[in-house]
Amino acid sequence: MSASAGAKRVEQLDRVVIRFAGDSGDGMQLTGDRFTSETAQLGNDISTLPNFPAEIRAPAGTLPGVSSFQVHFADYDILTPGDSPHVLVAMNPAALKANLSDLPAGADIIVNTDEFTKRSLAKVGYAANPLEDGSLAEYAVHPVALTSMTVGALAELGVAKKDAERAKNMFALGLLSWMYSRPFESTLRFLETKFAKRPDLVAANKAAFQAGWNFGETTEDFAVRYEVKPARMQPGTYRNITGNQALALGLVAASVRSKLPLFLGAYPITPASDILHELSKHKKFGVTTMQAEDEIAAIGAALGASYGGALGVTTTSGPGVALKGETISLAIALELPLVIVDVQRAGPSTGMPTKTEQADLNMALYGRHGEAPLAVIAPKSPSDCFHAAIEAARIALKYRTPVILLSDNYVANGSEPWLLPSSDELPDISVEFTTGPNDADGRFLPYLRDPETLARPWAVPGTAGLEHRIGGLEKADKTGDISYDPANHEHMVRTRAARIEAIEVPELEVEDADENARVLVLGWGSTYGPIGAACRALRQRGLPIAQAHLRHLAPLPANLGEVLAAYDKVVIPEMNLGQLAHVIRAKYLVDAVPFNQVSGLPFTAATLESMLEDVVKNG
Amino acid sequence: MELKLTAKDFKSDQEVRWCPGCGDYSILAAMQRFMPELGIPRENIVFVSGIGCSSRFPYYMNTYGMHSIHGRAPAIATGLSVSRPDLSVWVVTGDGDALSIGGNHLIHALRRNVNLKILLFNNRIYGLTKGQYSPTSELGKITKSTPAGSADSPFNPISLALGAEATFVARTIDSDAKHLQSVMRAAAEHQGSAFVEIYQNCNIFNDGAFELLKDAGSRDDHLIRLEQGEPITFGAQKQFSVTHPAGGFGLKVEEGGEAIVHDATVDDPAYAFALSRLSGSDLGTTPIGVFRNVQRPSYDELITKQLVDAKAQADGTPDQMLDALLNKADTWTIM
Repeated sequence: MSASAGAKRVEQLDRVVIRFAGDSGDGMQLTGDRFTSETAQLGNDISTLPNFPAEIRAPAGTLPGVSSFQVHFADYDILTPGDSPHVLVAMNPAALKANLSDLPAGADIIVNTDEFTKRSLAKVGYAANPLEDGSLAEYAVHPVALTSMTVGALAELGVAKKDAERAKNMFALGLLSWMYSRPFESTLRFLETKFAKRPDLVAANKAAFQAGWNFGETTEDFAVRYEVKPARMQPGTYRNITGNQALALGLVAASVRSKLPLFLGAYPITPASDILHELSKHKKFGVTTMQAEDEIAAIGAALGASYGGALGVTTTSGPGVALKGETISLAIALELPLVIVDVQRAGPSTGMPTKTEQADLNMALYGRHGEAPLAVIAPKSPSDCFHAAIEAARIALKYRTPVILLSDNYVANGSEPWLLPSSDELPDISVEFTTGPNDADGRFLPYLRDPETLARPWAVPGTAGLEHRIGGLEKADKTGDISYDPANHEHMVRTRAARIEAIEVPELEVEDADENARVLVLGWGSTYGPIGAACRALRQRGLPIAQAHLRHLAPLPANLGEVLAAYDKVVIPEMNLGQLAHVIRAKYLVDAVPFNQVSGLPFTAATLESMLEDVVKNG
Repeated sequence: MELKLTAKDFKSDQEVRWCPGCGDYSILAAMQRFMPELGIPRENIVFVSGIGCSSRFPYYMNTYGMHSIHGRAPAIATGLSVSRPDLSVWVVTGDGDALSIGGNHLIHALRRNVNLKILLFNNRIYGLTKGQYSPTSELGKITKSTPAGSADSPFNPISLALGAEATFVARTIDSDAKHLQSVMRAAAEHQGSAFVEIYQNCNIFNDGAFELLKDAGSRDDHLIRLEQGEPITFGAQKQFSVTHPAGGFGLKVEEGGEAIVHDATVDDPAYAFALSRLSGSDLGTTPIGVFRNVQRPSYDELITKQLVDAKAQADGTPDQMLDALLNKADTWTIM
C-alpha cells in the first residue's frame, strides 16, 4: 500500500458527503467511524450522522435492518452532516433500496454485487435486478464484488470463511480511503488494538483493507481519485468527538473543576447509555457510576449523593425523565444540586428510540406537579455537549437546583472535530459547603438564603453542629421546619420561581452578518447546524437573515425580548410541534412563526433554506 | 475522646405528631435510648424515610435526616451511603412504603447488600391515607377500599427479604423495648444491609393487630423468641419445639419433639426462610429475633475498593489528568 496515486487523475473537491449503508451486522457504524477518524487526521472539517435501527439484529437483508453512517467532510467550516450523499456505499439490495431516494442524480453508488442474488433482491421487493434493468441510469454505478474479492484476498491467510466474509467492510473502507486519499495509519493501529487477542483477525482485516485500497488503484472503473484539502480551522489540537462522549467528558471536567466527586445514577436507555459506559471508565477521577434497578432509583441515588456533597447526575432519555419527575420535584423542594441529562428521542412512549426529536422541551419546562421551576439548557452541537455539561453543573452547584440538560440523538451520536480546551481555560465552578451557624443567634438555618443567588446553604452530613432535617413537605422560610402556613407557602413558591429567574445566563447573541436582516430565525439545541447552514446559504445569495440560538431555555436570556422586538418576523424551526414557539408567543407576545418537522430525522439545510427564503422574500 | 451522648441528645426540637397511643412513639423512644450506645457522633448519622406515618421519624431525631418521597428512601439512601461510606445511614419505612410502592428499591438494596439499616414499621394498614389495606394486610381484610374483603394475598416481609438474600434479617415488636433495642443493636453492628421488621400497632385504623403476640395470656403460646445457639422452644411450659421433620423441606412446630438449635449464621438462606414460614397472617406461631446474620462484602465496600484502586493509578493533579483524558484519542494539530 503506498500513498502514490499512480497514473490516476487526481481531482480537487471542496466537500464530499459519503453514506455507508449495509445490514446491521455489516459493521457500517465502525466503517464510518474509521473513515471519519482518517478524515479528521487529514484536517478536514467533518460532521457525521449515524442512522441505525433499534433492533440489534433485524432479519438480515431486510429494509428494517439497514444501518447507515453518513460523513460530510470539507476544506471549509461545515455545520451539518450534509443533506444528500455524493457517494453511497451499498452493501446489499436493502441498503440500496432504503437510501436511493436520498441521492441526487449523478451520485456515485458503489454496490456489493455479491449480495445482489435473486433471493436477496426478492427479500426487499426488487422484481428485477436494479443493476441490470437500467433503473439506476442517472447514477454512476460501480459494481464491486466486495465479498468474493475479500474472501479471495484472504485465501492464503487461512481464516475461516465467515471471518473472511465479515472483513468486507474493511475492503470497502480501503477502497474509499484510496478514492479520497485518506491517511490510513490510524485505522491499522485501531485494528491492532481492537483485535489484540486475535492476531488472525488483525491480519485478515488489514489484508482486506489493503485489498480494497489496491483495487481502487488498479481497477479501471475508478479513473479519478479525489482530494479534499484540510479546512482552515482555528489553530490548536483537535479530536473527533460524539455528543455523548463530549457530555461524559464534560461531566468529568465539571467534577475536576468543582473539586467534588461525580456520582452518576443511571438506568440503561437508548440513546443515553453511552454516557454511562464512558463515565464508568473514569474511576481514577473519583467518578462513581451506579447502574440502578430503574430510572427512579437512578435519580434517587444521584440525589442521595448530592445530599452527601457529591455532584449528583442522572442520565436518561424522555421515558426516563417521565419516571424521574417526582424525584426532580423533591430536589426542587430540597434545593439541592442535581444534573438530569435527557438525550431526547422520538416519542411518545417507546416511539423511535434511535431517532431524534426535540419534543421533551415541554416536559423539561413544565413536566412536574406543583409549581416546580428549574433550569434547562441545551447543547447545539456534539462538541458543545462538553461545555453544556459544565454549564449545567455550574448552575446546579451555585444555585442548588436541579438542571435539565436537553441533548438529543442527533448531537449525541453525531460527531465533529473538537478544538480541545485546556483544563485551565475551563471555569472554576467550586462551591463552599456550610460549616458553621449562619444567623446572628448562632443557629443554623437550612433555608436562610444567599441574598444574591437566593441559594440556601449546603450543609452536608458529617458537619458537626449543623444537624438538620429536610424533606418534601413545605418548609418554613429560613428554619426549614414543616409549615402549612398559607402566607409561608405563597412566599416559598414565589421564592423558588424567583431563584430560577435570578440565575445569571449569558446574553443572547445574534448572527446578522449584513446587519440589515428583517427576519430572525430562532432555534435551540441541535438544530443549530442546519439552521446555520441554511442562513449562510441565503446570505451567500444576497438574502439577509439573522440567526440567534438559545442555549439557556430556563431562565431565558434577559435580552431575548429586545432581540425579538428588533425584527419584523421571527421564525422558529423545531423538531417538535412548536414547543419553543409557544413559550415565545406566550411570554413575549411575539407572532413567531413555527416551522416543524417530526420525522425522527434532523432538518436538512435545504429544507430550512427554502422555507426561510420564502419568509425573507414574502414576509 | 469518648462520646458521652444521652437519649436527650437525639431528641430534635420538633413536636412529635403521631396519634396518641401510636406504636411509633415506643420505637422512637427505644431508638433515642439506644443511639448513644453506638458511640457515633450525631453528625455522622442520617435517617432517610419515604412517605407514611412512620416516615415522619427523621424529623424527630436530632441527626441529619431526609423525609423523601413514597417508596424511594432505599434508593436515595443507597446513593448517600455509597458516596459517603463514613456515615451511618438508617432507612425508616412502612409496609406500604417499602413493600408496595417501593418494593423494587427494597429488594435491590438488599440484594446489593448496601450498608443500610432498614427499619420497616409493619402495622398492616395504610394509616396516613386513613385506613386502606396494605400489602401485609391479611386476605379478606375489610377496609375502606375493600368493603367486601381484600382479595390480595399478603407479603411475608421476612420471607421477601430472605428471597432477596438479605444478609441480616430480623423481626421485633414495638411493645417490647428491650427486644427492640437488642435487635437494633445487632442491626447496627452488621456490615451490609440490615432489614428489621417491627410489628407496630396502629391504634386508629388497625388496633390490636398484634395483640395475640402481646397479650400476657396468649403471647407465650404464639411468640417464638429466636436466640443464637439456643434450642427453639416456646410455650408457657416450653412445651413447643420447632423441629426439622425427616424428609421434609421445612420446619414445623411440635409439642415435645427435638428442637433445632438456632443458628442465624447459616449461609444458606433456606434455613431462615423455613423459619419465616412458621408464621402466617394469623400470627399463630411467630418467630421474633434475628433470622439471618451472615457476612458478605457490602456494595459500599466493593464500590469504594474500586475507587481506591483506581485512584491509586492517579498520575498527576486532577487538572493534569483531565488534560490527558481529553487528549486520549486520535488527535491532530493545526498550526
